[in-house]
Amino acid sequence: MKMTLEDRLGLLKYRIDKIPHIVVDAEKCRGCELRPCVAGCPAGCFTLVERELHFQYEDCIECGTCKIVCPYGAVDWSYPRGTFGVAYRHS
Amino acid sequence: MTILSSVYFKSHIKVRFGLQCVGCSLMTEKVEVVVVGAGLAGSAAAYQLAKADANVMLVERAQYPGEKNVSGGLLLSRILDRMIPDFWEAAPIERIVTGYRVSMLSGKESTTIEYRNSRFATHPRNGFTVNRSKFDRWLAGRAEEAGALLVPGIRVDAPLLENGRVSGIVAGEEEIHADIVVAADGVNSQMAIGAGLREEYNAHEVALGVKEVISLPRDVLEERFALTDTEGVAHLFLGGTKGNPGGGFLYTNLDTLSLGTVLHLSGFERLRAEAKESVNYLRESPLVQRLVKDGTTIEYSAHLVPEAGYDGISSLYTDGMLVAGDAAGLVLNLGFTIEGMNYALASGYAAGETARAALERRDFSKKALKGYEKRLSELGVLANLRTFRRVPSMMANPRLAREYPRLLNTILRDLFTSNVKPRSRLMPTVLSRVLQGVSLPHLLRDAVQGARAL
Repeated sequence: MKMTLEDRLGLLKYRIDKIPHIVVDAEKCRGCELRPCVAGCPAGCFTLVERELHFQYEDCIECGTCKIVCPYGAVDWSYPRGTFGVAYRHS
Repeated sequence: MTILSSVYFKSHIKVRFGLQCVGCSLMTEKVEVVVVGAGLAGSAAAYQLAKADANVMLVERAQYPGEKNVSGGLLLSRILDRMIPDFWEAAPIERIVTGYRVSMLSGKESTTIEYRNSRFATHPRNGFTVNRSKFDRWLAGRAEEAGALLVPGIRVDAPLLENGRVSGIVAGEEEIHADIVVAADGVNSQMAIGAGLREEYNAHEVALGVKEVISLPRDVLEERFALTDTEGVAHLFLGGTKGNPGGGFLYTNLDTLSLGTVLHLSGFERLRAEAKESVNYLRESPLVQRLVKDGTTIEYSAHLVPEAGYDGISSLYTDGMLVAGDAAGLVLNLGFTIEGMNYALASGYAAGETARAALERRDFSKKALKGYEKRLSELGVLANLRTFRRVPSMMANPRLAREYPRLLNTILRDLFTSNVKPRSRLMPTVLSRVLQGVSLPHLLRDAVQGARAL
């Protein structure tokens, strides 16, 4: 059965830290044509709203793709602090 | 919670670790070994060391081991059987893999090769499917039982560097000193990068695995995959990725299926594939649809996989530190099978043995740790990566994900289609299909590349 991303993310348990573990410098995103973060993020944390890049860390499933695909070094990345973030149960 | 406060609460450990309580607020912040990451590599290393009576601290960022981990699907088990004989009798495994399938997908068509061996169900077993949130917890538990101190809920940020050598770890405000550190902190290893053993990966060196765990009643699953008892199937796909380099997988667990894709990150640069929809791309194949029919998705997960083979592995050790598992890039994707979790276990084992030997001689210099490389070669890890060092660039060929599956399916369509007109002779038909499907220069280049790689 095909599910929307929202439904799939809704299955996950998170402990969300108040402090974001990933910070995106949107200034650096202005000149970016490729937007590999939008295509590459499996949790849809990167979205384009009227050609402007938006980012939210709360749904992050901690893979590290965004930091590696960004050609402009705009992604300041780390794992969430200890105990925070996503908790898998069946993977 | 800090490392030291969590140690403090495990008072039975304090004695073993020689940790002293001075005014009950300050303790000696030094252990023999710190292992960073309680995944397969880290717990294997900690287990080996603790068994040899070393004092080992195993630090994990999750609330419990396995909580952050995503199974690569197939745990090839010979190495773990050597470490813990008959481990599967106690370990939380899902199924014993006795069937291996590879399918080429294109549109509504598919061609499948299947190999079954019921002997894999008995000794010596070849591989298992596992749920890492259960399995890693169990393995870390064995390390604890052997005497390792598990400290969960702590993110290690960097190696502690002193006079150009690794002398411990940094976690937030805390520093823990150690004679030797085993970095088993996974594919995004801040330890290996922090110690200067490798650069950050680039988009050509890693792939993104995205998967759904799909629940299915056990009897339905066993019937559908023709399985008896706890036997299981490992099924890989070429094609079904919208032409992006990479492939798909489907593994049978006890009463769930793991369905997913592994896409090279370089494919995201042109918005050709969307990671978040990639499992649904695979579902467009009628073969996949039938295999997961009536299943209910119960979890969604993603994880990076090192894919650069031998040329992508980091320096494996430096003064005071060994790197194991995904942190070192020890994964080999051969297309028909992916060796990763077994290399994590083998490298953890080898790192444990190497650290133990270093503790005996009290020499933790880079030179003294050279035995790690030899052990990794003997266990097949480095030897295999070296033998198949040209395979990663072959696997990254986008034609493997599009043109070749389509070509094979077209040829088989010709073979199996009967029409009310005379058939052409086979060889000319096949040849013309090949040349229509792939240009001659590409075909020759790919044939040479394939022959050299394998």
